[in-house]
Amino acid sequence: MSKYLVNKFLYSIDRDPDLVERYREDPRGTVTWWEAEQANVILNCPGLERSTWLAFSDTEREVLATHDYVGLFELGAHCFLSLTLFIALFERDYAEPLAFQREYAARLSHWTVPYPDIAT
Amino acid sequence: MATIAAIIASTHHPFYYRASTAVGADRPPFADEWVAKIHAFRETLTRARPDVLVMVGSDHFHQLWLDNMPQFLIGKAPLYDANWYNEEREFGLPRMMLRGDEELSGYLLRQGIDAGFDLAFSNELRIDHSITCPIITLRPAADLPIVPIYTNIFAPPMPQPKRFVELGRTIRELVESWPSDKRVAVIGTGHLSLELGGPRQFGPHGPDPEFDRRAVEWIASGDLESALAQVSLENLWEPGNATHGFMDFMLMMGVAGPNVKADYTDTLDLFHTMEAYFTWYPNGVDAP
Repeated sequence: MSKYLVNKFLYSIDRDPDLVERYREDPRGTVTWWEAEQANVILNCPGLERSTWLAFSDTEREVLATHDYVGLFELGAHCFLSLTLFIALFERDYAEPLAFQREYAARLSHWTVPYPDIAT
Repeated sequence: MATIAAIIASTHHPFYYRASTAVGADRPPFADEWVAKIHAFRETLTRARPDVLVMVGSDHFHQLWLDNMPQFLIGKAPLYDANWYNEEREFGLPRMMLRGDEELSGYLLRQGIDAGFDLAFSNELRIDHSITCPIITLRPAADLPIVPIYTNIFAPPMPQPKRFVELGRTIRELVESWPSDKRVAVIGTGHLSLELGGPRQFGPHGPDPEFDRRAVEWIASGDLESALAQVSLENLWEPGNATHGFMDFMLMMGVAGPNVKADYTDTLDLFHTMEAYFTWYPNGVDAP
């Protein structure tokens, strides 16, 4: 269970326009590349000073590789990070304003509070 | 000593900029009423004739990240670039630049640390919509220097609600002891009930109108006792999973003081969330 790393992936993709497009077009390939090359980069440190221990669980990797935002919610990924990135990925495919956001809510409608814990 | 010209607490709705500038078929049906309310709210700041703005908000995972997360942080820089690519992308927010008041930042940091808050600081801070939204609504000329104060309402573990109130009280005391003849407005933004990334998001109203009704009453009447008795880190998840932003309203109640009634209160029931606007004049204000 590496909730922090899942959040780090969402955060890293969301802040980079090229990575948003790459993740939209090739989610599995982007997750594989990112885990191999980027997961252990400490964001405020030069590449030489990487971490050595961060990796996704099999479940986390699969949820990210399949754009499964319901799965992310259920793993306790930070809800704001998931929402913001997935709006960037898929809102454009819906004709009506907020239609994607409402579908997102509907797909989580089997949940009531308490939601999965987002603490890292 | 400096004068508190106004204390302002507001929601920060990132859709306002786009809604208020849209024309023709793109203009949403609620835009005109929203703009009218914002113009009336803006006048409450203009009347106070501020020289400096202390701006309380929260970074939405832009510059502050889980590898190094401060609870309370004050910016101390001559200039602040503002708004981020993902805010341009999702909300159409413009890139902005705000001047900083380094002297007041330095004073709040030194005195705040000595008063018992181990404040983090940043000498290079790119601020986000929690601070630029109230600039856009309340001071669109963006012509006054600011002191940005960030709180963690986003990433558990967060400080307790009473700590937000205490920080607000301390900010008030420190601004009033600042050896300056400037008029300072303290402006903070947060949320009422709000859901983001959960099943209750983007409904026809905020996720918990009953919480919103109580919260507006607490703020408008300065009822810190009820707010502190009824709000906890644990139960703020219930009105909506992003409702911890209400703690920034509690901070502003701490600035205004217990049982001090707001001089101006307004609300707007929008889809998705309730907007709420409050202004206090601790030292009075000129007639409009």
